[in-house]
Amino acid sequence: MTFSPPPASSFSDRASNASSHKSVPLENVADVLTVGTAVLTRSRWFRVMAILLTAAFVLTILCLQVGTRYVSMGEIMRTLGRAVGLFTIDGNESQITTDAIVLHLRMPRVFLGFLVGIALASVGVVLQALLRNPLADPYILGVSSGSALGVSLAVLFGVGTTAWAIPALPICGFFGGLLALFILYRMSATSDRLPVHSVLLAGVILNAIFSALIMFVTSIMEPNRSFSMMAWLMGSLAAPGDQTTLWFSAYLAICLGLLFRQVGVLNIMTLGEEPARSLGIDTERAKRHMLMTAALVTGAVVSVSGMIGFIGMVIPHAMRLLLGADHRLLLPASAIAGGAFLMTADAFARSFFAPSELPVGIMTALAGGPFFIYLLMWKKDRLS
Amino acid sequence: MPLQASYEIESVFFRYGSLRSEGPWALNDITLRVHAREILGIVGPNGSGKTSLLKVLAKIVRPQKGTIALYGQSLEAAAQEEVARQVAYVPQDNQPTFSFTVAETVLMGRFPHRHRSRWGYGFGWDSRDDWAIASQAMTTMDVTHLAERSIMDLSGGERQRTVIARALAQTPKVLLLDEPTAFLDLQHQLEICSVLRSLKEDRGLTIIIVSHDLNVASQYCDRLVMLKEGAIFATGRPMEVMRPDVLQSVYGCAVLVDAHPESGLPRITLPREGVRSRQS
Repeated sequence: MTFSPPPASSFSDRASNASSHKSVPLENVADVLTVGTAVLTRSRWFRVMAILLTAAFVLTILCLQVGTRYVSMGEIMRTLGRAVGLFTIDGNESQITTDAIVLHLRMPRVFLGFLVGIALASVGVVLQALLRNPLADPYILGVSSGSALGVSLAVLFGVGTTAWAIPALPICGFFGGLLALFILYRMSATSDRLPVHSVLLAGVILNAIFSALIMFVTSIMEPNRSFSMMAWLMGSLAAPGDQTTLWFSAYLAICLGLLFRQVGVLNIMTLGEEPARSLGIDTERAKRHMLMTAALVTGAVVSVSGMIGFIGMVIPHAMRLLLGADHRLLLPASAIAGGAFLMTADAFARSFFAPSELPVGIMTALAGGPFFIYLLMWKKDRLS
Repeated sequence: MPLQASYEIESVFFRYGSLRSEGPWALNDITLRVHAREILGIVGPNGSGKTSLLKVLAKIVRPQKGTIALYGQSLEAAAQEEVARQVAYVPQDNQPTFSFTVAETVLMGRFPHRHRSRWGYGFGWDSRDDWAIASQAMTTMDVTHLAERSIMDLSGGERQRTVIARALAQTPKVLLLDEPTAFLDLQHQLEICSVLRSLKEDRGLTIIIVSHDLNVASQYCDRLVMLKEGAIFATGRPMEVMRPDVLQSVYGCAVLVDAHPESGLPRITLPREGVRSRQS
């Protein structure tokens, strides 16, 4: 389908066409606007999402295969079949071992990785749109440092070491995040407005203060605890137990639902607050809701898995280069891409130096950096 | 013959800053009646409150005191979306942060008309009507050939025309334009002025323009409002407002005013004074 503008006409013709109610034939109009990538159409949305979901599914299977003991694709499929009830359970030893490894060891971890990736990438997209800054990431608000401080204090006081307190670490982290959010809001909100530049500034200040406190806390800890603390801070998907993962998933489902339902507004918010208001959006309410929800998601994510960097900023950026800036596609696509990326990075992190693990944050940076450079070189003209 | 009013502005005071700030008023006791189906020009020196007045009329900012009625309804009481369905605002500068295409940008103008479900703003797919209206707006502003281009790659004038097309796509009853001819070349300046004329005549729009260019204001506006330091200095037809004594009081310099050879409307020219004083 080639795209050609309508034949040149004089000013008065065009002006009177604009003002008359003579309608342009709709088939031609639809062609004009949906050719190439001029606008997002339903069919393109479904196509892209189908491709991404298929790729994510394939990657999930591959990630389940990888680990200390390699499990072949066939064995994975049979395990899943047994879990779902398609195949009968024979009870022989290798089957039980495989099932245990895949279902109880790897599946929760792979699932958590996907979930955290979805959360980080979604928050990244929302913050980049709201703060009108393509370099924004989930940690820019300072809430993440608050959560990290909460967890370090818990480790310092030995809260996380007793058996019954295993879910207590993320809870402490979460309260740290809430405290940071409270301070952020008090610092930046005026009587009637929530100015974006105040939020950014307050976030920078909070990050600085909390980082200093975290370093102090880590320095006065016992050496072996401080070492595992630092490793956790770099991001790890190993720590949380199944119960934590379950609570975390439910919590994320609600918060991400709240964010995703605002996706129609995000495009308009990128224009700036005054144009957005002129297009009918109550910008103060939208900002407040979305920033709060984004902060709450970030706090929870950091409490559970530490500060896994790179995903919240680079995945949205990369997806925007590939798919365009329309958030109706960008948000869900980035979410899936973020989930798949983190899950894959984690698979490498736990199998490269098996049986010991690399912190997954290192993996995401090492793997993602070169990939992003490649993407930038390829799409230099369509930056951001 | 009583003309229907689009805006009735009563004793409006406005200043920037939060509710409790002190400082000079950007708009100082503005009382004005804007007729429906007219092109009103707001002129005045820098800092006289022209852009502030436009923003107050678009409900982008709220005046501290005073009332504004839009087609008989209180602007204060109306919801933001309701206002957006009737009033379109074109800001003076448009620095984009993300590379939406021109077509996507113009389609954003259809947002106020989108159906709101209980599930927030929902997903918001564009309908064929939305595409038709956006396409027509792009044709009017001569940006159809740019439909697939990223808005970040355009020149200032092309971007301005895109944003005006977005405002037209809102199918408003009132169009507020801040310096619409600022970046446009001569051809497009003429075009946009004739587009505005025909929008007023054929579609019955009310158009309010802020312009630095006194000649554009004089030639194409039915009435002018001259602001000075946040207050209205003069209102009336271009013949009445564009007089040397008025311009001297407001701008603080003497200008030459003669009649445009074709239309007879006031034509403002800068004197040679500056050149003469340098020579002596």
